[in-house]
Amino acid sequence: MAEADPGDGPLFAASRKVYPQSVSGPFRRAKWIILIICLGIYYLLPFLRWDRGPHLPNQAVLADLVNNRFYFFFIEIWPQEVYYFTGLLILASFVLFLMNAVAGRVWCGYLCPQTVWTDLFLAVERLFEGDRRERMRRDDAPWSFDKLWRKSGKHTVWLVIAWWTGGAWVLYFADAPTLVWQLATFTAPISAYVWIAILTFTTYALAGMMREQVCKFMCPWPRIQAALTDDDALNVTYRYDRGEPRVSVKQAQRLRTQGQPAGDCVDCYQCVAVCPVGIDIRDGAQLDCIQCGLCIDACDNVMEKIGRPDRLIAYDTDDNVKRRIAGKPAIYRPLRARTLIYAALIVIVGGAMLWQLATRRTAEISVLHDRAPLFVTLSDGSIRNAYTVRLLNKRPEPRPFALTVDGLPGIRIEAVGTAPTADIRPIVTVDPDSSREVRVLVTVPAGTTLSASQSVTITASDLFAGETVHATDHFMAPGAHP
Amino acid sequence: MDQRQDAPQIDAVTGQSTTGHEWDGIQELNTPLPRWWLGIFYATIVWSVGYWIVYPAWPLLTDATKGVIGYASRADISADMAQLKAQRAVQAAGMADATPEQIKADPALFQIAMAQGKAAFGDNCAACHGVGGAGAKGYPNLNDDDWLWGGSLEAIGQTIRHGIRATGNDETRVSQMPAFGRDGMLKRDEINAVANHVRELAGLSTEPKANLALGRKLFADNCAACHGDAGKGNKDMGAPNLTDAISLYGMDMASLTETIANSRNGVMPAWGGRLDETTIKALTVYVHSLGGGQ
Repeated sequence: MAEADPGDGPLFAASRKVYPQSVSGPFRRAKWIILIICLGIYYLLPFLRWDRGPHLPNQAVLADLVNNRFYFFFIEIWPQEVYYFTGLLILASFVLFLMNAVAGRVWCGYLCPQTVWTDLFLAVERLFEGDRRERMRRDDAPWSFDKLWRKSGKHTVWLVIAWWTGGAWVLYFADAPTLVWQLATFTAPISAYVWIAILTFTTYALAGMMREQVCKFMCPWPRIQAALTDDDALNVTYRYDRGEPRVSVKQAQRLRTQGQPAGDCVDCYQCVAVCPVGIDIRDGAQLDCIQCGLCIDACDNVMEKIGRPDRLIAYDTDDNVKRRIAGKPAIYRPLRARTLIYAALIVIVGGAMLWQLATRRTAEISVLHDRAPLFVTLSDGSIRNAYTVRLLNKRPEPRPFALTVDGLPGIRIEAVGTAPTADIRPIVTVDPDSSREVRVLVTVPAGTTLSASQSVTITASDLFAGETVHATDHFMAPGAHP
Repeated sequence: MDQRQDAPQIDAVTGQSTTGHEWDGIQELNTPLPRWWLGIFYATIVWSVGYWIVYPAWPLLTDATKGVIGYASRADISADMAQLKAQRAVQAAGMADATPEQIKADPALFQIAMAQGKAAFGDNCAACHGVGGAGAKGYPNLNDDDWLWGGSLEAIGQTIRHGIRATGNDETRVSQMPAFGRDGMLKRDEINAVANHVRELAGLSTEPKANLALGRKLFADNCAACHGDAGKGNKDMGAPNLTDAISLYGMDMASLTETIANSRNGVMPAWGGRLDETTIKALTVYVHSLGGGQ
């Protein structure tokens, strides 16, 4: 067998199971609070009601795929307004960038669904199998009744949570109380069961089985954030200016009494034990670190016990560590060009969206000219063009629109299939929250000088609310040919 | 090539065992398929056996095994088609019971009729009348307000059902304009005089040397019976209005001369026997709604 080249390491590193230890402290507490808020919103939001009048669903957040509507409290989005989601995604990225510029992977450590659900699943695991050491010992031990019921209990609760997660997901796509009743009586649409099954599986697999592997190998964000960070961004940092050299508590006391340097780090490995991705933060900033701050809590607890100042691991920058080593004061610059620009972009995009939302029309008109015939000569010599006009009514009540046309002398408009009214303008009534297509005939009297094509404007005016919308299209005529 | 078979060894770099095969000093790691993969693979084999039993699977000489649940994709299609038919029957029922006037007044029925009429028009009528009923020389534009045989719902329905000069239909619309030239009823200069008079009626320019007096007299004698003294036409006879801005065959001298000399007797088939009543009703409403309905 050929001798292995020392630099020729294996291409594949088998994953090492991580047994995160429980920890208490301000960061852990913050994570629990965020977890409860996030999951509370996710699981309960579909049940929140929002009155929109008699014609529309009263669910506060609803993606009504059947009727092509998305409802978010007072906002109702039509399919053609999908750009609001584009805006929302742009806004979300800028917020992510800003968070990253201020305090690193805040998203990864506290808010990402992968982190939140993994935390929840870990809590369940601890409940059944105990803390780190107990879990490690039991995993090494042969199968026993104790091991069996603990493992199966854990997986059962995981599956229930995963199922509940999928169940909450489908509630966003239908009237929640109705769907819950349908699910309970096994009369829900098949798609609901399929989606619940898919999300049960993904939640169970991602939060229960794959955990940190998702962050390390599946998620693109660690790579992107590595490109976005800068020297001033606060990151979970081991302050090696304070920590090194690592010595035991007793040795440190001895060294200090002798006036020799001794670090605060006692090499207790608590920061490694609590780490959900199984890394050593003392190795410096690294791709795998989701910056959840749990090592800060773990280290602070130890520092308190050995009577040393806390925050040996803290949100800091590597530059500050170097500055302190050089005897210079630390510099914190949360307000710098990068953060200010991100904040400005957030304000601009958010403001533009709000403005757009506040001034958006509740009616729309689109006009399509007939393809054949392009124009019709009537018996008295007048020229007529036909159009298909589509009127959109985004309001929750029926609205009558009066149609008018401008652009040529003597031009008049009629709508096929509308009942004659006292108003000389044709009145087209559009049902609440829907659209109506109507065939419209526009006529120009004989003797009008016309070229082959000229533009005319068709206007629809809401008779009550006064909102007007208009569209411009061509009016075709024989033109040069008499 | 030097090939050897040794006992499997443990590879130092990966810690994995080798297969024991060696080619010119290169050894192969023993990397078995993952258990889960193999498990699924064997499960699919077991599944397939069940599948053979339950579903149609093995080809026989003239047929194939039927499977115990009697599934057939053809039956699926039949069920789908039956469902579609039932769905259409609901719409058609409303259409069948309603008159064209009622269809026009009912927005739901009107929408169905327009869709159905548009499709039927494209299949059956557009060949002559053009897409959207735009018409062509000799084939009337159905969008305008000028009708040879009437533009009411009833008149349009009658025309579609029985056709115009359709052979083998007793109720078809019939009229016959004589071929004044071909049959020797009018001479060349008389035809010219009539043509000029028709242009005069329509308010168009006449030839400087035209004998308008003769034309007027000949028109009164030969044409006015159907087209009327003023040339306003008569819908009962399908005689077109000669004075309006629309003409089917052209109002230039050459076209008029040909019309008078050889006559024009356009033919439209009777659709009564070919299309069902509901489709004819839908077509009636559609044509009536193109813009010229009266």
